Amino acid sequence: MRSTSRNARGNFDWLLILIYMALVGIGWVNIYSASIDPSGVADFFDLSNLYTKQLLFIGLSLLLIIFILSLEAKFFERFASLIYVVSILSLLGLFVFGKNISGATSWYSFGSFGLQPSEFAKAATALALAKYLSDIQTDVKSFTHQFRAFIIIALPAICIVPQPDPGSALVYAAFFFPLYREGLSGIYLIIGSITIALFVLTLAFGPLYIIAAIVLIALILLIKNRKKRFGKRYFYMLPVVAILFVFSVNYIFQNVFEQRHRDRFNVVLGKDVDMKSIGYNTYQSEIAIGNGGLTGKGFLKGTQTKGNFVPEQHTDYIFSTVGEEWGFLGSTLVIFLFVALMLRIIILSERQKNQFSRIYGYSIAGILFIHFLVNIGMVTGVFPTVGIPLPFFSYGGSGLWGFTILLFIFIKLDSNRVNEW
Amino acid sequence: MRKILLFSIVLISGILFTGRLFYLQILDTSYAGLSANNAIKRIYDYPQRGHIYDRNGELLVSNQPSYDVMVIPREVKPFDTTEFCSLLKMTKEALVKRLNKARVYSPRLPSIVIPQLTKSEYAYLQEKMRKYEGFYIQKRSLRDYQVDYGANFLGYIAEVNRADIEDNPYYQSGDLKGRTGVERQYEEVLRGVKGVKYIQKDRFNRDIGAYKNGTLDTLPTPGKDLTLTIDAELQKYGEELMVNKRGGIVALEPSTGEILALVSAPNFDPSLLVGRERSRNFTELYYDSISKPLFDRGLQAQYPPGSPFKTLNALIALQEGVVDEEESFSCHMGYYYGSRGRKLGCHSHPSPLSMVPGIANSCNAYFANVYRRVIEKYDTPQEGMDTWHDHLASFGLGQYMGTDLPTGKPGHIPDSDYYNRAYQYPKYKWFSTATISNSIGQGEIILTPIQLANVTATIANRGWFYTPHIVKGIEGETDAIPEKYRTKNKTTIDPANFEPVVEGMFGAYNYGTAAGVQIPGIEICGKTGTAENYTKIDGKRQQLTDHSIFVAFAPKDNPKIAIAVFVENGYWGGRYGGKIASLMIEKHIKGEITRTDLEDWILSHSLEEEYAKPLSGKPFPINDGKKISGQIEEKLKS
Repeated sequence: MRSTSRNARGNFDWLLILIYMALVGIGWVNIYSASIDPSGVADFFDLSNLYTKQLLFIGLSLLLIIFILSLEAKFFERFASLIYVVSILSLLGLFVFGKNISGATSWYSFGSFGLQPSEFAKAATALALAKYLSDIQTDVKSFTHQFRAFIIIALPAICIVPQPDPGSALVYAAFFFPLYREGLSGIYLIIGSITIALFVLTLAFGPLYIIAAIVLIALILLIKNRKKRFGKRYFYMLPVVAILFVFSVNYIFQNVFEQRHRDRFNVVLGKDVDMKSIGYNTYQSEIAIGNGGLTGKGFLKGTQTKGNFVPEQHTDYIFSTVGEEWGFLGSTLVIFLFVALMLRIIILSERQKNQFSRIYGYSIAGILFIHFLVNIGMVTGVFPTVGIPLPFFSYGGSGLWGFTILLFIFIKLDSNRVNEW
Repeated sequence: MRKILLFSIVLISGILFTGRLFYLQILDTSYAGLSANNAIKRIYDYPQRGHIYDRNGELLVSNQPSYDVMVIPREVKPFDTTEFCSLLKMTKEALVKRLNKARVYSPRLPSIVIPQLTKSEYAYLQEKMRKYEGFYIQKRSLRDYQVDYGANFLGYIAEVNRADIEDNPYYQSGDLKGRTGVERQYEEVLRGVKGVKYIQKDRFNRDIGAYKNGTLDTLPTPGKDLTLTIDAELQKYGEELMVNKRGGIVALEPSTGEILALVSAPNFDPSLLVGRERSRNFTELYYDSISKPLFDRGLQAQYPPGSPFKTLNALIALQEGVVDEEESFSCHMGYYYGSRGRKLGCHSHPSPLSMVPGIANSCNAYFANVYRRVIEKYDTPQEGMDTWHDHLASFGLGQYMGTDLPTGKPGHIPDSDYYNRAYQYPKYKWFSTATISNSIGQGEIILTPIQLANVTATIANRGWFYTPHIVKGIEGETDAIPEKYRTKNKTTIDPANFEPVVEGMFGAYNYGTAAGVQIPGIEICGKTGTAENYTKIDGKRQQLTDHSIFVAFAPKDNPKIAIAVFVENGYWGGRYGGKIASLMIEKHIKGEITRTDLEDWILSHSLEEEYAKPLSGKPFPINDGKKISGQIEEKLKS
């Protein structure tokens, strides 16, 4: 399998590096279009331009890449716990030193630049989880160990939620994927899927229909399996729990959720909402994307983009610019690049001999996937609005560096496969 | 399973997103126009509407600038309504009502708040408009009428309504459009095409520069000037003569079919339908149900033609060969027919008469005989009736004239179907005598003045006509006049058969019924008409004073003008119609009036008293007091 040419180029997976470069490059072009002053008088090298700043961030991430790749691969495994602890401390420090930007205390401020520790905490958590799970002592099937792994994952998430930045906390759900890969019971998957399905279906159709459906399915299964004796007790339990859950979903949605959360769900579920206020983001974003047609309006020619109609267009909604200016062809290319990136990471992870590398690979594939799914889903109007960035694409130094570190640690780990025992 | 879970979820979500994008970007086209509305503002530049000239190049209609206060409802920010209302001189309720209406039309498209400010109002407002976001002033051009006549054919322009906008995407709320007359008929010629500038806006609705660097912007195309066939001087004179009368005058140039004058009385000043007073004035004109000034009597009024119709019966009889020029018929103060000795009355004149003096003296008996022969020439009266009808149809009667004016009426020429239905054929039979009134232009026949003028022009041409039209030229176009108006329409009557009729009309003018209105030095061929007419008062049919009708063309050879005059309830043909027609002919041919006695008589006589009679609610005398309306029939019954 090992090719000599790969050795010659430092053993790095160049395919991943190329996709990374393509995404960052295309991302910058769209940030440029979304943030350029239409009057066209601004100096390109003026750092008050967002696109110039982003170019600087890209340059700095190059330094980061060189630094990461020059480190020993073993460094990350060895220092995983330390990195994790530092990361948790940096999140906790926000409660004291954090700067409030647009309602969220997620930033350390250094002059005109800010640093968002939650973007780095993902990598740290991935390293820590990989280290813990790859420990020869750890048994994923043991409930105690499962609980400890859960604590590792939940700690940063718990620190992030009250910032408040529930979107970034949601990303930690991604760690289910490495856990499952390493042998977590399938029950969790089934329960998780059913929970999500029941939640969405209940909101969409109302509790009565769903309960009727559950009872019906339970009866059919009961009649079919009436000869079998085992497991019947659990079997009776399941629909009862499901029905209780459906009621609680309704209760939680109506009483625990705030109106803005309800609104976001209602927008996606196509309920009757005012597209001028509540549904504005989604609506404008859909207009922008829909406007692109097959080939798009062309670079710098998107009218929605130029008019700044889509809020947060250079950050969370950057994909709408892709849709408007590059059309179906451009946006599917971006989708393709992301899918290729994630699949490549998964394939490489499976090839790792070292369990640590494999868990880490699965972790970042999962993290990238949650970002991808939630962000594109939100921009194309199939997911409720959750403010998380599109990796490598959205404007922002911390985000770009966080994802760069995440990816290049994996590239470094992967390059070391050949040296391992 | 553990190895492929994430792999497959990633793959599936990639495919689903591609599908979602395919739906949004390719399948669902409803988003395509939305952004254009959202992010692009259009600024319109309205071109000058084309001017309208008469046939001699006299300017009839030009433009004046006007300024509309417009609003784009969704851009309106809270403002000082009291101050704004006092600025616009409107009440707060009116403003609120106006704004609500604008919002219902569209929150993002402009609507008019106050239309058509004058220049001085505009100058005052212009300074202060900036304070009120969402409001602005749109410059347009309004009509400026140089003349106070011709309102009936010039037409007017008015703000487009909902139906117009839905009908034609060119128009937007607040745009002006020709409503009647040539303004409507030649709307696209006169209007031009408005220019548009596309401005990219940001989400705060601020302009942030030209969209696509202005490559899509268009310049306005100015409207084209229109030259009409109308002779302004003749038109003006005609309207003056018709003051205090009701009716219509249509004057044509026989050799071209051009409409020289199209008078409808009572008239009104076209300037009434301009500016902010338009709506109030229009309502006033519209609801004047007694004199109906908006009703174009030259084009739309349908009258029984009376005696001028006899010329057509003579032509048909000659063409059908049922009579020749020489044959005479006697008249004993009328024509007696049928087994019960029914009578079609006539006035006193020498008897017997052949065709030429028959026309000149307008003998009813002569034409009753001739008409019967036409109908009875064939085996059945149905066949005869249809032959008669088809000859008349070749003159353009019983159908829309097809002029280039948007209004008109077909009139009516009965055919066999009509009588079959009326008499329930074949249950009951009918014969020529049942339709004998047709011989003298009464009965079931009705014509519009322009149809009768066209018949006169056809006689003047001895057998053909061009469809009457009002456009003479369009600025910058060589073939402005449609093919339809450059094609000769030939009648079914041989040219030779016209000569006796022309002679008869010449006789009427020289020694016959119209001898009183002679113009020295002009050979006029004319024909009087006195048409009985009825109205309904309280559901009862009441006879009114006869319509005074006159048709004429002149000169006899190479005619320059053919004219038809209808004066409602003017009594006999020579009384009003003949005088007016003679004066119009003299005006057109000589350019000056020598028969000032006729002119004085017409200008000093009013028919208003006559028109007031049926409204008085009392029995009234008609035809100068010779009989009382409504009592004749009662006497006959007893």
